[in-house]
Amino acid sequence: MSILSRLTRNEGDPKILSSGPRSREATDELARGLGWFSLGLGLFQLMAPQRITRAFGVTGSEHVVRAYGAREIASGMLTLSTDKRAGLASRVAGDGLDIVTLLALLSYRNPQRHTVKAALAMVVGITAIDLLAAGAVSARKARPKTVKDYSDRSGFPGGVVGARGIARQKPPTEARAETTH
Amino acid sequence: MRALVWHGKEDIRCDTVTDPEIEDPRDAIIKVTSCAICGSDLHLFHNFIPAMMPGDIMGHEMMGEVVETGSGMNGKLKKGDRIVVPFTIQCGECDQCRRGNFSVCERSNRNKALADKAFGHTTAGLFGYTHLTGGYPGGQAEYLRVPFADSTHIKVPDSLTDEQVLFLGDILPTGWQAAVHCDIEPTDTVVVWGCGPVGQMAIRSAVLLGAKLVVAIDCIPERLSMAQAGGALTIDFSQESVVERLNELTDGKGPEKCIDAVGLESHVSMSQPDTLLDRAKQIMMLENDRPHVLREMIYVCRPGGIISIPGVYSGLVDKIPMGQAMNKGLTFRMGQTHVNRWTPDLVRRIEEGQIDPSFVITHTATLEEGPEMYKVFRNKQDSCIKVVLKP
Repeated sequence: MSILSRLTRNEGDPKILSSGPRSREATDELARGLGWFSLGLGLFQLMAPQRITRAFGVTGSEHVVRAYGAREIASGMLTLSTDKRAGLASRVAGDGLDIVTLLALLSYRNPQRHTVKAALAMVVGITAIDLLAAGAVSARKARPKTVKDYSDRSGFPGGVVGARGIARQKPPTEARAETTH
Repeated sequence: MRALVWHGKEDIRCDTVTDPEIEDPRDAIIKVTSCAICGSDLHLFHNFIPAMMPGDIMGHEMMGEVVETGSGMNGKLKKGDRIVVPFTIQCGECDQCRRGNFSVCERSNRNKALADKAFGHTTAGLFGYTHLTGGYPGGQAEYLRVPFADSTHIKVPDSLTDEQVLFLGDILPTGWQAAVHCDIEPTDTVVVWGCGPVGQMAIRSAVLLGAKLVVAIDCIPERLSMAQAGGALTIDFSQESVVERLNELTDGKGPEKCIDAVGLESHVSMSQPDTLLDRAKQIMMLENDRPHVLREMIYVCRPGGIISIPGVYSGLVDKIPMGQAMNKGLTFRMGQTHVNRWTPDLVRRIEEGQIDPSFVITHTATLEEGPEMYKVFRNKQDSCIKVVLKP
């Protein structure tokens, strides 16, 4: 991108010497990381569901894994968008669904229950990170309880009543290049 | 010098960059004394408008003092002059400039070939507003190179403060042009969707131009409070039905004139299901913009009415009810603002005290605080409506 940027930029345009304060915060970076993680996991679930069903001892349930993959991709796209609050909330909801699903696979009859246990531990960990990120983003975007009063900002030095229709006395004029300067 | 630089989506940084230089005899360099963050800068912040590149300097609302000029000024601009810089760069010589259509100047976009492909025909070069419009460095910086400076400037009287004249470069003429495009009659109801800075200017302009009733629509209390202060009757769309209320106010006939001061980032809410669909399509890159306001305006506008669009749209929009618009005989008027077309008139009105645009400024900050102020403005924190930066 930077190379393309230099190609499209004129020789004389200012070039960056050093970077200073930035708008993107650590929580934004965390959300982006989680968004990309969702996309990667979702694609894997869509493209290689049999590897997951085999590992969890539920061969034949590939269609469920694919559906979960589609959900992950949707969450990832939302988390990477400007609506990251909604994206992270959807990730937390998805985590809940994953946990319930994995708990259902913890049966003693499942020979792969040790893999399920490990996956469950991972999902619980990721849920904690999702909750942390979702909480931080929500707090930042929350509307304040009190708002400032701008009722004295009419913008009309002579008051609103005096301003009504005043421009009709001398209707708008338009300038063209010849008359501008 | 320091400048606010775009590095990616939601990533603006206050960087140290090389100083601009004179590249053409018609260039001037200004020392920026005041600049502002515009609502349309947020479209770039969110990366909704294509062709931004990492390293681009933001900002298209700025003013300052001329510190250097090229050799081709022909006496029109000199060192020491105090100027506001219009956001549209204009050659002042092409067919469009001669018609006063400065925002579609045929010669100022240095990426004309790209713009010809994207738009069919090029529009003017703009400061700090993507490579589609020239990729010119913007004015949220300590210094700015102004191309075609002998034409691209507004000289302002020393008797007026920066805060009174800064908005001559964009939001004041944008609101004014939107209202003038409505051909307002004394019997008209004019409705303004969106009470951000451009909406506030459009409301004041409609009042000045003598509309019978000006109605302002938003869901942010402080913005509605400012709109009301400017003489508008307000509708909070999160609390009541816009269509029902407007029909009630107009004896069921609908408003004659509608102004879209929202543009491509309509508010998304469960109560407006089309906005959810638009947002989903936008995320999946199936649609560029969220045109809820356009749909609502077309639906509610009185047959034979005018729809004026100063709000920025970037590309493709879906589900626009052209059948309603055509059968109702609506007139659409839109476009980037032909800033200098309105300059002499608006400078006079400020000097005469008809309007003082500084009312809209809610926050003043330094350039270093700029990245933080982008977030404050975007998140509407601290009742923020308009941010002015002092480099």
